[in-house]
Amino acid sequence: MHIKTMPTLYEVDIFYRKVLLDDRINGFFEGVDMDRQIAKQKSFLTMVFGGPVSYSGQDMRRAHAHLVARGLNDTHFDAVVENLGASLAELGVAAEVISEVAALAETTRADVLGK
Amino acid sequence: MSSANSITLDWEGSPVPCVEGDTVLDALLRAGIPVPHSSCLVQARSGPVPAAAQQGLKESLRAQNYLLACLCRPEQDLSLAPPGQGVRITALLTERDWLSDTVLRVRLAPDESLGHRPGQYLTLFRPDGLGRSYSIAGPELELHVRRIPGGAMSNWLAEAQPGQAVTLQGPAGDCFYTPGDPTQPLLLAGAGTGLAPLYGILHDALGQGHQGPIWLYHGALNERGLYLTDELQALAAQHRNFEYRPALLDRDGPLPEVISRDHPKLTGWRGFVCGDPTIVNLLRKRLFLGGMASRAISADAFLPATLK
Repeated sequence: MHIKTMPTLYEVDIFYRKVLLDDRINGFFEGVDMDRQIAKQKSFLTMVFGGPVSYSGQDMRRAHAHLVARGLNDTHFDAVVENLGASLAELGVAAEVISEVAALAETTRADVLGK
Repeated sequence: MSSANSITLDWEGSPVPCVEGDTVLDALLRAGIPVPHSSCLVQARSGPVPAAAQQGLKESLRAQNYLLACLCRPEQDLSLAPPGQGVRITALLTERDWLSDTVLRVRLAPDESLGHRPGQYLTLFRPDGLGRSYSIAGPELELHVRRIPGGAMSNWLAEAQPGQAVTLQGPAGDCFYTPGDPTQPLLLAGAGTGLAPLYGILHDALGQGHQGPIWLYHGALNERGLYLTDELQALAAQHRNFEYRPALLDRDGPLPEVISRDHPKLTGWRGFVCGDPTIVNLLRKRLFLGGMASRAISADAFLPATLK
């Protein structure tokens, strides 16, 4: 597949804005530093675009543990994947590529939710 | 002077040899210089900065000759320094007057230029070494100091006499106007003495002939928290593209909501937000959700003295 492997900041903005506007999940982002969050969203998008990543499944577990403690569950994960799909659709990415991206995002579910 | 294959870098005054094909980072590391930032960001004091070494940097950083040491293959001698240290100079306090019950304006005459851009900040040191950071409200060194009950520096400045010598270090910060697109709409928003950098940025933008609309929001709890209202109203009367909007919490509601009401869509705008960290974060988020690109928002959050 590979639409490409590095997202642009414009693409990161579109995705992050959708996440912040989504009342199902934006509570988890209250009070977080925008710059750091944007950097994290960028590495997340790099990963689901099939690009190089510099963190392990263990890192993902550790980074989300405090959110799991606050109730982060499958419905929230689904909402993020949904926002990802909607962002890519808005950017004109083809449907079959979006499903491949969603499949890559899916590989992180167990680590993110600490299962 | 350098020949084609021998380039000398200068790191804070010490020579650093650079082999052809080396990046600046290679040369610094070989010379045993710990590069100050994981991002490999350094600042050129003189010498031509190759465009490739500024790839992806914000316009405000490019304007201050920042470069990425890991991408920079110098073609000529370059003088470099760690980011954001500025220079250290002495200055005399020339004037002070109260802009409101709690905001003191302090004007300083430096013995040499700080080379700042209005909106950047400096650190002011008393003769005993106590230092505090303040934003620079104009092309001259003008500071807006909020008097804090029991505040060591603000109370000292309130009593200081013209002619008092102080030390200044700076400039620092990337919250300032860059011409870029002179027709782009600008939104300046801040609370309290967050007006200081915005006032500087406003004057800079108008002075450089910015043609796009400029909206300045100054948030305060009530009427007594506003200052420079006459000056700002006069500027608004003088410049058709400038709108001044004082926003009072007890009359208009929270500042981010006032902005949303006036500007539900901010796609394509450029934003500057200044003040204490809580309001800065709320404003940034509001502008971003309104459609402003994250990199089009410059923020300057004032940290309490103990954290600086």
